[in-house]
Amino acid sequence: MAKLNMVQALNLALHQEMKKDDSVLVLGEDVGVDGGVFRVTEGLLGEFGEERVIDTPLAEAGIVGTAIGMALYGLRPVAEIQFAGFDYQAFHQVEEHAARLRWRSQGSYHVPMVLRMPYAGGVRALEHHSESREAYYAHTPGLKTVIPSGPRIARALLISAIRDPDPVIFYEPKSLYRAFREEVPEEEETAPLGKAQIAREGKEVTVIAYGAMLTQALQAAEQLEKEDGVQAEVIDVLTLSPMDDETMAESVRKTGRAVIVHEASRSFGPGAEIVSRLVEKSFWQLEAPIRRVTGFDTIIPLMAYEQLYLPSAARIVRAAREVLSQ
Amino acid sequence: MPRDKIDLTFSVDYLSILDENGHLDKDLEPKLPNKLLLKLYRAMLLGRRFDERMLRLQRQGRIGTFAPIRGQEASQLGPVAAMRDSDWLVPAFRESAAEIYRGRSMESYLLYYGGYNQGGRVAEGLNNLPITIPVGTQTLHAVGLGYAIKYRRKDDVALVFLGDGATSEGDFHEALNFAGVYQTPTVFVCQNNQWAISFPRSRQSRSQTLAQKALAYGVPGIQVDGNDVLATYVAAKEAIDRARSGGGPTMIENVTYRLEVHSTSDDPKRYRTDEEVQEWEKRDPLPRFQKYLMDKGALTDKKVQALEEEIQNEIKAAVERTEEQMKELSREPMSMFEHMYAERPPYLEAQKEELARELAGVEETHG
Repeated sequence: MAKLNMVQALNLALHQEMKKDDSVLVLGEDVGVDGGVFRVTEGLLGEFGEERVIDTPLAEAGIVGTAIGMALYGLRPVAEIQFAGFDYQAFHQVEEHAARLRWRSQGSYHVPMVLRMPYAGGVRALEHHSESREAYYAHTPGLKTVIPSGPRIARALLISAIRDPDPVIFYEPKSLYRAFREEVPEEEETAPLGKAQIAREGKEVTVIAYGAMLTQALQAAEQLEKEDGVQAEVIDVLTLSPMDDETMAESVRKTGRAVIVHEASRSFGPGAEIVSRLVEKSFWQLEAPIRRVTGFDTIIPLMAYEQLYLPSAARIVRAAREVLSQ
Repeated sequence: MPRDKIDLTFSVDYLSILDENGHLDKDLEPKLPNKLLLKLYRAMLLGRRFDERMLRLQRQGRIGTFAPIRGQEASQLGPVAAMRDSDWLVPAFRESAAEIYRGRSMESYLLYYGGYNQGGRVAEGLNNLPITIPVGTQTLHAVGLGYAIKYRRKDDVALVFLGDGATSEGDFHEALNFAGVYQTPTVFVCQNNQWAISFPRSRQSRSQTLAQKALAYGVPGIQVDGNDVLATYVAAKEAIDRARSGGGPTMIENVTYRLEVHSTSDDPKRYRTDEEVQEWEKRDPLPRFQKYLMDKGALTDKKVQALEEEIQNEIKAAVERTEEQMKELSREPMSMFEHMYAERPPYLEAQKEELARELAGVEETHG
């Protein structure tokens, strides 16, 4: 097994799927000659040619709308939006068409496309390069929204997303791209969409996180064990929509306490949805109010204050201590 | 020299074969078999009568809002008559006659505008997309389809309809640009009907023609008398043949007129004069083509009468069948949960049960 970072793991997934299935195409800005600004599509052009690895004009709606047309024909396009902060110029194509064509045509057509987007903060980037707007997609019926938390699961989820018959928004936490390496098996590995994972078992408090926040949540859990002797259970959401609320509720029924962590701003964020489902499914086992540790309801600041905006292990520990004291 | 003229070789043709006064340009007249000409005539007549019937049904509250086509029959039927079955049709939302020509049933159309999702289903074997309501957005799908066709080494073509208003949308420009860059077999047919609800063509764009917008993207553009079905057929045939043989995309501007309301919730008297409408009534594509066929000896008054009767009966039967179908489907509201995903997620299954319980409750109360 090779030790790969997330960029390499995603690249492996694309490589293997393109090799296996000639209906898989990659398109986006700078994905070909340049190999993508984060190098996720590196080497694909050389291996598969420009007909399948398509450098596009600078037009997000053009990329997504064209990918939709390809998918309607039966291809499996993997479109890249260079940064999620620019996807608003394509959002109408996603909302008005990708999410709806199966429904509109009553199953006559479907849109098996993946829309890959680097998102979220932590890399000292410019404005529009750091936000987390997964709620827009998770709120949209007809889409699936997937957010990996490390190289191995990213590779497995991307393969599953490409094979999925429905449109998948694949949000890549860019601070994780080169943050750490994991053993990634060469042989094919998939992971079911719509399934959360228990990243660390525990029994006193449940910490629910995804994307780059999983690392913070795991660090917090370690600190809680060391300093407080508390066993925190950490759940990695992985698929925001359709959400696996049962895995979360089952954990909370056991622990009675929950902290939800995400980088996205708080109001109307994914945490609100998770709290609501936990209340519906585990209210009578709750011992304390559920806490959210999230980005603030501001625009994510430029790099000077960025780290203060992003949830940290320390903030998660404080929130966990608070719910444990109630 | 510091400042010089760039030698640009741009031009836009204007094509008219059979004008509003019935004058025919014999050199340009396509040599179409009578069978096809009569098929086109019948489709135009059916499009007109079906539209009228839909309007009455809407006024009676039997169907909901829809976009009538009166006046635009030639503009949309010429292009689809030049397609073959395996080509792809990407409609906007004012192409009932074209959709029916391409095999969509009147029942499906009525069902959809009667408010039943099931009307959106595309019958097996038809390469037609469902209608698109967000203006101009469908143009990109025709580019993606074209790319895929080319990638699969097929010689089919994707033909997309749009309106004059759509030429102001960003997606239209992105679509033309992508189609030009990748040389996709995509034919853009703009039905310039002069009005985007209340906004006239003259204010939609300062461009002298809409067709010329294609030129900026390296795509040929042609302007056509959209009320002359011979011209709309010829222009589309030329564009389709070019696309099919690897020559890339074309944009066609069919200059036509919406004689009716924008949609059934619109009152055109607020923004245009009766005189203007009357001027365009004179250019109505239907009597023009009918006279051509009669002059040719391909059509007689008697034949027209017989066709009218046949069509009215067909429409009547379609309305009756649809109303039966609506009655049946009104008892199947649970179908609203269908076709969201290939597989229904658990939370959606739970919401479906929620509605089922509510419906059961209602029945208990009243039953």
